Amino acid sequence: MTKEEAESGRDDMVIDGDEKANAVPEGFDANYLRIYYGKLFPHADMFKWMSYGNDGKHPACDRSYIGRREFSFTLENDIYIRFQSFNSVTELENSIKEKCPFKIDIGPVYSVDPAKRHAYAQGGGDNVFTPVERELVFDIDITDYDDVRYCCTGADVCLECWPLMTIAIKVIDTALRDDFGFNHILWVYSGRRGVHCWVCDGKARRLTNEQRAAIADYFRVYKGNENSHKKISLPGPVLHPFLARSYTEVLKGFFEAKMLPNQNLLSCQERYEKILEMIPDASVASELRGRWQENKRASMSKDDINLVRWEQLKSVLQSGKQKTQGLRRCVEEVVFSFTYPRLDMEVSKHMNHLLKAPFCVHPKTGRVCVPIDPNNCDEFDPTTVPTLSQLVKELNRGGLRQDAENEWDGTSLGESVKFFRTSFLQPLLKSCKEEIESSYNAKLQQSKNTLNW
Amino acid sequence: MEVVQSHRKPSSNNVAVSTLPLYRSAPLLEVRLEDFELFAMDRLRVLKGISDGLGRGKKPEEMEKLVADLWKANMRHPQANEEANKDIISHFVLRLVYCRTEELRKWFLSMETTLFRYRFRFESSEAQRALMSEFKLPCKAVSNAEFESVKDKLGQVARSMGQTLAAADAIFYKVPFEEVPELVAGRRVFIYKGHAYVAMNQVVSLVVTQFRSYLSKALILTNRKWTSTVREHEKDRLAPIVEALCTSYLGPDYSQPNEAGEISVKDIDHFAKTSFPLCMRHLFEKVREDHHLKHGGRMQLGLFLKGVGLKLDDALAFWKAEFAPKVSAERFDKEYAYNIRHNYGREGKRTDYTPYSCQKIISSTPGVGDHHGCPYRHFSEENLKAALVRMGVSSRAVEDVMDKVRNRHYQLACTLTFEAVHGSSCDAGINHPNQYFIDSQKILQSKNGSVA
Repeated sequence: MTKEEAESGRDDMVIDGDEKANAVPEGFDANYLRIYYGKLFPHADMFKWMSYGNDGKHPACDRSYIGRREFSFTLENDIYIRFQSFNSVTELENSIKEKCPFKIDIGPVYSVDPAKRHAYAQGGGDNVFTPVERELVFDIDITDYDDVRYCCTGADVCLECWPLMTIAIKVIDTALRDDFGFNHILWVYSGRRGVHCWVCDGKARRLTNEQRAAIADYFRVYKGNENSHKKISLPGPVLHPFLARSYTEVLKGFFEAKMLPNQNLLSCQERYEKILEMIPDASVASELRGRWQENKRASMSKDDINLVRWEQLKSVLQSGKQKTQGLRRCVEEVVFSFTYPRLDMEVSKHMNHLLKAPFCVHPKTGRVCVPIDPNNCDEFDPTTVPTLSQLVKELNRGGLRQDAENEWDGTSLGESVKFFRTSFLQPLLKSCKEEIESSYNAKLQQSKNTLNW
Repeated sequence: MEVVQSHRKPSSNNVAVSTLPLYRSAPLLEVRLEDFELFAMDRLRVLKGISDGLGRGKKPEEMEKLVADLWKANMRHPQANEEANKDIISHFVLRLVYCRTEELRKWFLSMETTLFRYRFRFESSEAQRALMSEFKLPCKAVSNAEFESVKDKLGQVARSMGQTLAAADAIFYKVPFEEVPELVAGRRVFIYKGHAYVAMNQVVSLVVTQFRSYLSKALILTNRKWTSTVREHEKDRLAPIVEALCTSYLGPDYSQPNEAGEISVKDIDHFAKTSFPLCMRHLFEKVREDHHLKHGGRMQLGLFLKGVGLKLDDALAFWKAEFAPKVSAERFDKEYAYNIRHNYGREGKRTDYTPYSCQKIISSTPGVGDHHGCPYRHFSEENLKAALVRMGVSSRAVEDVMDKVRNRHYQLACTLTFEAVHGSSCDAGINHPNQYFIDSQKILQSKNGSVA
């Protein structure tokens, strides 16, 4: 389809939609996507973000910066085009509108324009085409929690298991800010079954692969795999301050108040066996098993059976007679294995990993990948995230409104764009400008000094 | 407040303080061609020994002893003052040898860095501080007031590693966390607002990071020089020596299917039973059972099969068929085919990827839902025993294997398994899953006479 056709097609759709405003089918639809990219997708904000203050206004700006960033598109027919680059917001916007990608991925900033990488490769043996900058990214996926949730499996997610994502955000976000000192962090709903995190501080973007791997490992507590028993091991007499803080401030409370009762972790033998398995002392485990098998019927008290049994487990393991450190640590290990964030390590470790752009629409769910406010992540509800068809309906309903500055102001996407701008983009750009300014001043100073000589 | 002062006097008594060179510039020495090669071979023995030690998952204390022994055995020189020269010369020769490809550079960098790490630990603390100042490290000592404010946290970190916080006058350095990636990765430091608090006994990490990054850059420069001028100038003298040196030790990379030739999809089943090492056999059984493998498993098995001789089209057909009950053909083409073509060098940067070696597999870190890795290292004892029995290893041999496993000799454990399964010895030991396959095929073919 040529660009003209695409645009006229889009207009038709709007008119068509206007006539029968309620006839928008649910879910994902290529024609709606065209409308979405035409009227709602925040092209300018995305471009500003990716430019990191290199907008040409300051003499020290790096004008080639944005043009070295890789974008890649997945088109309707599963054609995957990598190494796209754009030098202006118009180029970006036109290309998105024309190609109408089902998915937009963002890659690293390379040493040279990725679209011209072959030309540079002619130069000789040296590997000139190489990633030089990339946000530090994290990908957390609910499918990796299948062994600790009983409500859903695979890509499904409900309000019972979503809080696992919420506490992952809390643990990682706090550590990124307090431990690593990062400030510009964007959390995004991945559209279906997880969350993405973009750490955008200059310092984060310039990390080497080795440094990225170190941060990922700092967050890693899972040592086991499918073929060994223990999935978590917390050696040493006390926890590292980061783990201790995560445990007392987030994980423990969540496990006892939400996870235990909601997932019924100790309600029946099949489930409590999984927890008993984690106790290294067989006699302690069988003591608990005996008690729980016995009171199967007697437990008619009002207290939640999961909580009652958890208290029993804790008192046995942490009682004075359990001198061995391993047993005392076991309570924490259970909590960690059920609640601690499970990161996809590979995504974070390498600069050249692609990650889906915010504000894409997930083709399976039709939901927009909206930012999540880490300070209010408890309130985030994946089942009420605006969908493509809902947005098109809202657009059609407000079709005649002329007062709104942006189309999205009249839709349920408005809040998300506003949050993206005010809480993430503006502070980020402010510090980018400061960074550019100070490096400029440093250079000026330096050249002055050499002149004085 | 800078704590690191230049303890190292500008010139004369350098040697007295430290014998550990930083290899900043190539020596202006005349070297006999004979020594050129001999010194390099000796150093290679040290590096190869280190590589084996790492492959076996040796602990730091064991590595420390290993490195000291290797150095003593290979790098001593009858004349004491020549020892330093031998050290420097051999290092620079090997730089030439190992600068030429990404894979070689990676290996050399990793081994030289490990060597440097342990040699640094042997130095006196005065010599250590002198070396630190030579690197011009960006570190500040923590003031008393600041120390008091974070003392509890520092103590907590120390205890989390089973140590106690040293006396009140302990020196801590505050450095950007980026400077000590290995301490960050192991949660062995307290990190606050982007700064890591590094104890005096941890500074080795700081120095090693600097050494590594310096050497890494130097290797790239050496490569440029080598390809642009040196190779041509030295094509009759040094070039042949240099080119021969690296192949003699690293062994083949199994990127091209060997004499075994090609295999087709229908053969895989048969070969999996007879000639796959346990790590690959397990992955193969899992993909059969689950009709899925996570990324790490697909890479490990996929590249192995490529090395065994499975062509790209066959590989696509194999994975597609195995995944079929769970993954539609359409989804397969969309989500998985790209990676398979990528492994065969048909996508992305078009590198022809090499099958994983034992060392790489042993050092991998399989997580929840993963089946890759080395079974001898990553399986629980019961699971490993059961798997060995399924391979037909006798119960007595299983005990021998488990014995090696307990001592973390994973490759020896695999070698014993090979010998038990094939009923013949494997003197070279197992270093690579594809070597396991080839050796196994050789034995089976000689047993059956000639097999097509």
